[in-house]
Formats: sequence, structure tokens, C-alpha cells
Amino acid sequence: MDIKLSNLTKIFKDSKGRETRAVDHFDTLIPNGKLIGLLGPSGCGKSTTLYMIAGLLTPTEGRIFFGDDDVTDLTPEKRGIGLVFQNYALYPHMTVRQNIMFPLENLKIEKEEAKIMTEDMARLVGIHELLDRKPAQLSGGQQQRVAIARALVKKPKVLLLDEPLSNLDARLRLQTREEIKRIQKETGITTIFVTHDQEEAMSISDEIVVMNFGLEQQKGEPQVVYDQPNNQFVAKFLGTPPIGLFNGTVKGNKLYIGESAILTNKILEKTQGEVIVGIRPEGYTPSESGALEISYSFIESIGRDISLVSNHPESLTPSFRLIVADTIKVTPNSMKFNVKKEKCFVFNKDNGERVL
Amino acid sequence: MLEKKKDYHAWLYLLIPLALLSLFTFFPLFKTILISFDNGYNKWQDAFSFAFSLDSYKAIFNYPPFLRTLWNTVLIVFISVPLSTIVALLIAVALNSIKPLQKIFQSIFFLPYVTNTIAIGMVFAVLFNLHTGLINGVLQLFGVEKLNWINSNDGFFMGSYFRRMFVLQLYLLWHTLAFKILVFIGGLQNISKQYYDAAKVDSAPKTRVFTKITVPLLSPLIAFILITSFIGAFKTYDAVIGIFGADWNKTADIQTIVGFVYQQLKTDSVDSYSKGAAAAVVLFVIILAFTAINLYVSKKRVHY
Repeated sequence: MDIKLSNLTKIFKDSKGRETRAVDHFDTLIPNGKLIGLLGPSGCGKSTTLYMIAGLLTPTEGRIFFGDDDVTDLTPEKRGIGLVFQNYALYPHMTVRQNIMFPLENLKIEKEEAKIMTEDMARLVGIHELLDRKPAQLSGGQQQRVAIARALVKKPKVLLLDEPLSNLDARLRLQTREEIKRIQKETGITTIFVTHDQEEAMSISDEIVVMNFGLEQQKGEPQVVYDQPNNQFVAKFLGTPPIGLFNGTVKGNKLYIGESAILTNKILEKTQGEVIVGIRPEGYTPSESGALEISYSFIESIGRDISLVSNHPESLTPSFRLIVADTIKVTPNSMKFNVKKEKCFVFNKDNGERVL
Repeated sequence: MLEKKKDYHAWLYLLIPLALLSLFTFFPLFKTILISFDNGYNKWQDAFSFAFSLDSYKAIFNYPPFLRTLWNTVLIVFISVPLSTIVALLIAVALNSIKPLQKIFQSIFFLPYVTNTIAIGMVFAVLFNLHTGLINGVLQLFGVEKLNWINSNDGFFMGSYFRRMFVLQLYLLWHTLAFKILVFIGGLQNISKQYYDAAKVDSAPKTRVFTKITVPLLSPLIAFILITSFIGAFKTYDAVIGIFGADWNKTADIQTIVGFVYQQLKTDSVDSYSKGAAAAVVLFVIILAFTAINLYVSKKRVHY
């Protein structure tokens, strides 16, 4: 079942009548059976969107469709969704079994059948030996799985996860995100999850939707969005270490950073004057005759590669990182580089739209 | 060295409260117990015989006015406390679910708590007055003849005793609601909204949300309210005086154990202090046992 958001808008009003547009005419289509990451910085409207899909928030404007059905005016219990809250919201006074069975009891499913469904679900998420414990006796990762089991046990049409990994430590996070991917594949359920962690979103999503200011910035497969960002925001938001941004100028078909001409491309002829240049950290090739001279303050060894903490007079940030293979002989203080053209993006200085 | 000095300081600070407690709590408690067991305590001379027996206890348990007050107290405890707790819980949940005017309603419901028991009792007496009371006035509109709610003490069930007990219970219900509502609203506002959102997503009907989520999450407060209210209800006295007046002869049928104890201070008979002391000890033991049972039950039923 596809999920379609059409013209979705949510305006919050505070007590003084000031308006905040959390979600602003948001349109998107979430295809059936896919795992979709809603990605964006805090305050970009991604959680608001999720809660509107869940039915816990009412849209100010716009419609939500599950398949062909308009569910905008349905209450959460009638939408057939499973929701995993950021801090799980497990009922503290119930055992794991009672927590998972709770939705089934509400749907008046026969007790014996509910018991079997609960145990099957517990086995699927790998917590069947913890069924008689209380949530307080479980670790964060186990609570997370109970929450997923509770959301999935009633066989919802959509699974929604709100920052599902944010309460877990780094190691557990890796493990749990694989787990979520596995459970999603096994059940084939359309899943939407919200995160501000681009690495998390990119690693498990079939598609990501990058949001900012309540608007969709770009949607697509993670690698495509990374390789072909629509605008400066998307380019900046995806990737660790983040992309390096520079003031640049276009003269004729040449792109300059400071005095150095780093690229030549015919498309640039349409855009003359000042632009913003973004270069991915891995987009530099050391070369003695390189166009761009970059000085660096120190070297971080990150195992396989070397990360140079660099600075440049035209950089928009005080420092940026570039990554080179550790086989490269690093000379002290500064080096010359050529720029890989597929790792270099040019953006309009005024609106951040991609030019090249 | 330092430790010892601290010890000495602690005792110094404790001295004043300990002295006051000894004088006004421990000594009277001890003496009351002693009087209740003494075989021939003379209240005029404050003289003990120092021969101990259960005579005073046998005496009060064979004394109908005491048994009547015991019965009244039990009725008050087992009707007004559960009833007011349930009603307070429902009102608190209702208040908590409305947004506009919530503060105003909260204030209105809290008013009985800050008003004087005797004064409100007198207001009830006026409301239920035979000739001029509002209640009888309203009843008359529906064709019911005037009922004697407050005065006269003839008859038992369905007689005026029943009506007097009804007024008393109604008064206690209304008067004890305020504090309970306040506590419950505080507790409800502490329950994370996420549980309710989760319940919505889990398709829980409203009644199940109340019984399966609200009540268990509120259970520590419910236990606290029940235990303190039971203790308070066992000690009911001023409400009776407020509504029905302080004349023992006119209120003996509706009085409580505490009322009986007070009455023993006023009578002329030489053994009245022994009876009063025995009644006070009986009340003390009942409350102690009851609270112990309460704590035992709540340990099993309360989710902290």
C-alpha cells in the first residue's frame, strides 16, 4: 500500500498567536513495502509529518492517502498503523507480554490466538525469553524491540518509527539498525522512520526524503541523493565528514576558487559571477601540478584513510576535512590537489540551487 | 572527635521536638492505655488502682451507645471513603481532559478544602432544614412531601436515622473530594502523554485506557489517598457536630467513636474516663490494623 501525502501543512500556534509552519505544503509518495527514511535537522518538520501520518496530529491543510483511501480524518486507531515512539512509551506497569498483547486485547482477538501471535512476534524480534519481565528490567535495545513487537503484532499496514535509534549507544545502534532492516524485510511492511542522523538513514533506507523548513528538499535512493544533491542544503546535510564549501567565481566556462581555476565546463557559461562551490572530502587528488593549494593544521588518522583538517581563505567554514588514502605521502603544512569533477558541485549563491 | 560532637549537636536539636512529643503525645498515649486497662481508675482523684483487667473493654462492648457509634464509624469509613475516591478520580480525569476553564473548575472544586468544617456543616443543616431548607423546597416541586433530614432520632432504617446518615455521608463526600481531586490532578499531569498516544495507536477504547493505563499509573497516589482517607474517616467527629449540633442527647444515634470518647469527658459517672480510654484504644487498634492491611494490599497491587 502506497502512502501519499498531498499538500500537507501543519501550522502550530503558540499562546500569543504566533504561527510556526512546521510542515509547509509537503508532497511525497511513499511506495509500498519500502523502508523510507525521513531525514532532516531538528525542527525541520519530520516528526510532525510522522505524527500526522499516525493521526496523532491533525493537518492544518492537505490530505493523507493510504493507497486510495483518504485517511486524513480517521483517528489513529482506525488507520491500522504501528508506531514506535522515540522513548518507546512501553507501559511500565505491564510485563513485556502484556505490553505486546495490549493492542490485540483492544481488537478483541481471542485470548489463545493473541497469546500465539504475541509469542511469534516476540520470537521475530528476538525477545521471547524476556516475556515476563517488566520494561524497567530491560536494556535500551531490548525495550526498543518490545516497542517494535508491540507496533507490529496487530499486523499494521504501515510501521512508523520516531528516531528509533537515538536512545541507544553506538554499538547497539549499529546492531539495531540491521535488526530493523531485517524485520522490515521479513514482514514486507511499508516503513517510515524519522531521523536526524544521515548515516543511519542512508545505511538502511531504500529511499530517503531529505526535509528542511517543512519542505521536501530531495527524495531518492541514498547514493543518488548523495552523488547528485539538488541544492546546497542537501549537499551539506549528507556525508561525514561534511562537504567543504567555498566562495567561487565563474568566468566564461571556468570555475575559480580564489585565483585557482579548478574546473572547466560548458554548462557554467550560463552562470557568471559569484557562486558557492562544494567539494566532497573524498574529491581531492594530490598532484604536484594541482590547481588548488590547501594548507592543513593537523592530520587525523582514521584507520584506512587519512583525514586532513584543512583551511583555505575562500572556505565558508574555518576548517574542513579532506580524505586521502594513507598511501599518499603527505608533505608538511600544505599540498596541491586536483578536484574530481564528479565530487564537485556548484550552487547559486542566492538560493542554493545546484548549477553544476 | 568530630563525629561525637556531631552526635551531641543532633541530640540537642532533637531535644525540643522530643520534649514536646513526650509531653503531648507519648505521655497521653501511655496514660490512656493505662487508664483503659486499670481496674478502678478514679477520674476525680486521678488515682490508679494498679490492678489490670479488661473490664472497661467488656463494659463498652456491652454498652449499646458505644456499639452504635462503632457501627456509624464503620458505615462512614466504608461508604464515604471509597465513594469519594472514585468520584474524585472521575472528576480529576474529566478536569484533566478539558482545556478551557480548567483552572477555574479546579479552584471551585478546591474551595471546600479551605472552608471551615463546622461552618459548612451549618450550611448543610440550613440546606436540609425541615421547613425552610432548599432541598425540601426542591423536593416539593416534584411532589415529595417535606422530609425531616436533620432533627429527631426516631426509627432506624428508612426512618430519620437513614436520612441523617445520608446527609452526613453526602457532606463527607463533598468535603473530602477537594483534596483528593487536587492530588489526582497533580498525578495525572505527571503521566507522560506518550502513554496515551501509544494507547490511541493501540486502539484502546476510553474505558480500557482508564482502567489499564490511568488507574495503574496513578495507583501509588490512589493508595496514598485511600490510606490517609481511611484514617481520617475513622476519626470523623467535627462533621457530625457541624450538621447536627453538639448536644449528645440529640445526636447519640449518629455519633462516631471520637464523639463517644468526647462524651465520656462530660458525664458524671466515675468510670467514664475508663470507658472513653477503652474506646480510644479500640479505635487506635482498628486504625492500626486497618492501615497494616492497606499497606499489605497496596504492596501487591500498586505499581511504583
